[in-house]
Amino acid sequence: MKTVNAIALAMALLAWASAPAAAQPRSAVKPAVMKAASSTSQNPAVPRMPRFRFENFTTANGLPDNHVFTVLVDGDRVWAGTGNGLAVYENHAWKTYTTADGLAHRAVLSLALDKRTGDVWAGTMGGLSRISGGRIDTFTQLNSGLSNDVVYGVSVEGENVWVATAAGACRLDLRTNEWSLYNERNTPMVEIWAYGVSATPGKVYFAVWGSGLLEYDQKTGRWDKYEDPDGENEMVLFKDQGLIHEIVTSVSYIEAGNIVWAATYFGDSRYDGRYWHNFLTKDSGLPSNFTNTIKGVDANRAWFGTDKGLAYYDGTNWAVYRPSLTTGKPEMTVRDAQGNVTEVAVTTAPAHNYILGVDFQGSDIWVATASGLSHGILQPSR
Amino acid sequence: MRQRGRNPARARTAAMLGAVALALASAMQWQAGPARAATGTGRAPEVLTYASPVELLFSRDGKQLYVLCQGSDEVRVLDANTYRPIRNIPVGHVPRGFSLSPDGARLFVANSWDDTLSVIDTASLGVAATWPVGFEPSSVAEDRTGTHLFVANRISNEVAVLNALTGAEEKRLACGRGASYMTPSPDGSRLYVTHVYPNPARQPTPGGNRVPPHSEITVIDTARAVVVDRMPLDRIAHAFHTALSPDGRLGATAGLHPRNLVPLAHLEHGGAFADTITLFGADVGKPVELPLDELERYASRPFGVAIAPDKSRIYVTCEGSESLVVIDVAHALRFIRTHNGPYVQDLSASAHYVAARVGVGHDPRGVTFTRDGRLLLVANRLDDTISAIDTRTNKIVKAIELAGPKQLSVLRHGEQTFYTSRYSFQGQIGCANCHIDSTFDGLTWDLEPDGFGRDIVDNRLIEDVKDTEPYKWNGGNPNLPTECGPRTEKYFWRSENYDDLTLTDLVTYIRSLPSRPNRWRPHGELAPAQERGKALFERATDKFGKPIPEGNRCSYCHSGPKGTSQKSFDVGTKKPTDNPGPLDTPQLVNVALTAPYLHDGSARSLEEIWTIFNPEDKHGRTNDLTKDELNDLIVYLRTR
Repeated sequence: MKTVNAIALAMALLAWASAPAAAQPRSAVKPAVMKAASSTSQNPAVPRMPRFRFENFTTANGLPDNHVFTVLVDGDRVWAGTGNGLAVYENHAWKTYTTADGLAHRAVLSLALDKRTGDVWAGTMGGLSRISGGRIDTFTQLNSGLSNDVVYGVSVEGENVWVATAAGACRLDLRTNEWSLYNERNTPMVEIWAYGVSATPGKVYFAVWGSGLLEYDQKTGRWDKYEDPDGENEMVLFKDQGLIHEIVTSVSYIEAGNIVWAATYFGDSRYDGRYWHNFLTKDSGLPSNFTNTIKGVDANRAWFGTDKGLAYYDGTNWAVYRPSLTTGKPEMTVRDAQGNVTEVAVTTAPAHNYILGVDFQGSDIWVATASGLSHGILQPSR
Repeated sequence: MRQRGRNPARARTAAMLGAVALALASAMQWQAGPARAATGTGRAPEVLTYASPVELLFSRDGKQLYVLCQGSDEVRVLDANTYRPIRNIPVGHVPRGFSLSPDGARLFVANSWDDTLSVIDTASLGVAATWPVGFEPSSVAEDRTGTHLFVANRISNEVAVLNALTGAEEKRLACGRGASYMTPSPDGSRLYVTHVYPNPARQPTPGGNRVPPHSEITVIDTARAVVVDRMPLDRIAHAFHTALSPDGRLGATAGLHPRNLVPLAHLEHGGAFADTITLFGADVGKPVELPLDELERYASRPFGVAIAPDKSRIYVTCEGSESLVVIDVAHALRFIRTHNGPYVQDLSASAHYVAARVGVGHDPRGVTFTRDGRLLLVANRLDDTISAIDTRTNKIVKAIELAGPKQLSVLRHGEQTFYTSRYSFQGQIGCANCHIDSTFDGLTWDLEPDGFGRDIVDNRLIEDVKDTEPYKWNGGNPNLPTECGPRTEKYFWRSENYDDLTLTDLVTYIRSLPSRPNRWRPHGELAPAQERGKALFERATDKFGKPIPEGNRCSYCHSGPKGTSQKSFDVGTKKPTDNPGPLDTPQLVNVALTAPYLHDGSARSLEEIWTIFNPEDKHGRTNDLTKDELNDLIVYLRTR
């Protein structure tokens, strides 16, 4: 029953994600400081943050669908998980894989690259697919040990494929083809709605919707759980004393520094194994607490995909990239350590302010949004 | 529980069969073909160790011939001029493939039954190292730079990438089901990998998985060690060796193209299989499948392929027809250009491009040219001979006999009978057509002459099949002599060719087939999840504490060491197209390998048996299980 509810809720969220920005609820958060109408070139006091020229892809120029749930860069190839198939951009052309090619479902929610083999794993609303040399093999809850067909997250580490589903977490051992399921019966997972996963040889983290952040230590085989010290109270009583909220939507683990970045619908968190640091709109440059995706670069830097734009944090300053929430015109703002917000003159922005996925291609960035896929081409600093 | 050899009736039957075999043995002289040397004047009742050569290679300097002997677990080294033995090098169990390093200093041998790689130092002709590898390694190739070794693992459907210096495995690349044979491109930049079982059906179909089989040639970039392409082999279920021309512009792959979607009763109307070669490469354009069969001259089960250095001829060994087919390349290319395909159904096509059909020994396998290209050598696995064929005349000029028993044992004769196609109508098929290397084929068949699409049956594994009677899914055949004799002759061979002695030997061979080692239970003990699954398999009460009726417990029907009570039951899986009656309980020996499942192959995986095809709990009480528990049950089944 829980699974059915989870699927229903997931469907609702996906439908919401695909709704036009104007229909989405807005928070009352405003910039702490009034913006200054100047560019970084004109005002050396404004921190230098990466500037991009965004090229946007929609159905008008080859995408199979404008709802892009996730994006994955594999060298010169870019994979986009859309609401109507898995698209790959290569040699300036899009090719789309559909259920007719064996894809588990038309809605592709998550992607992961096996860097050793070049295989791409796609989590969909109807199972998990492996795309290998053009062949698609599909694993479902009926034909395999996968716990549930709604696959929100996937991550590949060595011989293991880690999967976050609407009915718990799974691991597929590619060597033995055996599945291990992780749920309320064998982990501290209270809710089994696993929403994201980040796996490394040392640790695997699961973002669990309503059950905080789960950590699996690969060496000891032990599970640990990080929860909001405020419980399910949506008021932040103990900031920086733990995870910001129980409803965790995305996780990104940087093994080199033992840093965990976690996104929730009520703010974001960074954990270094000892200290927590939380990010809220009221005291950071985060454009919205409602964060769909997070991608850590290192211990200090991370990208945030929110319902009100794409944000970058360099450890001190923030940059936000989006179509203006009021005019729809391209917008980039920079917030410095003192909270001063400066608007930077730009002519392009991500295709939509509802950001669902981020990946990097050298110094460029690819952004999955609710209405198109964006390629951010880094511009030289002025 | 049934104990082997303690059933008096069965013991009497076995004794009588043995007596008949021995009594007739002295009167029997096997009629050998032109290159058959390893035959004696009678059949030896004891188990003899034959060499059973399967692959051939010349050393880089051309002075030595390496012969991979699957029966004696050796590489035999012969003088390349005189063919006299130089040394026998023991390797692992049931070696299936071998290759030389680019510099010729190392000879790698894939030992398929003990999951190892033997590394032979070609200077000292000794085994320098034995490396553990994946499940059922079947061929091996080193890249040009000596960085990586690639090993095709049949059971795990992958090519493993190893460090060429240490043997340490770095990764595995997903290939076709039953990945077995690899061929490097002439420049070494690509590996072409074939597989012997068809890839699984992508989507379930309403009437079971009645879709044409599909295979592929997996193309690996050796420098990056990744899969870069998959050439489709549509409607081919079993693909074997590939050869490439020295200029890399022409490739040829031997394949079996079953006609399993129509009743097999149509054997006399053109065959149950097309025996084909698929040509690909720049000389051909889009890959083209060409039939090798001709009316009354079938090229049953093509296996080994070689392309002449001047690209004028393609040579294909055909296991069942015990022949070498010689293809004129220019004629074949002209045929492709001037005729519209597909050609597979056309029994007159091969007359356009087959230049010769040369009879060789029993179960011919690997082929190789002498350095000057004048001779082509063919390894006759079930004769312990090598046929040397003059490539100018297409005549056998020498039969090279390998050392070993000269008597034909009962088992050897049975195995020859199993692999030959001579007993079927026009020599079209043999037992090994559907039991690839004495296993199974991963296909479902429409066997009976009861109309299209009626009584579809999955083909079952025959490893360790002894003492699992009755046979057939409806349990209609009480013993192997009936199954392999009248039934096979009537419905498969469409002929009545076996004499009693031959049938006895065939049955003796099939009864002797062991099971391959179970890879999911390597040391005998069960892992925790397997233990939990075993408890579910054996449980007598469900999760609600209710007793499970005896006939609804896994362990009741699938009892005994082979997992069959040898009784028939209705487990709720029959379809409207099935004939009435209960179904025989299949044995569980190596059940992990034998997808698809159920009597008609409608379950593509073990999971689907219960997630889709057991809605009323008639195939065991399973609907009370969580997904975790079902997974446990399945990991236990894999250990059987």
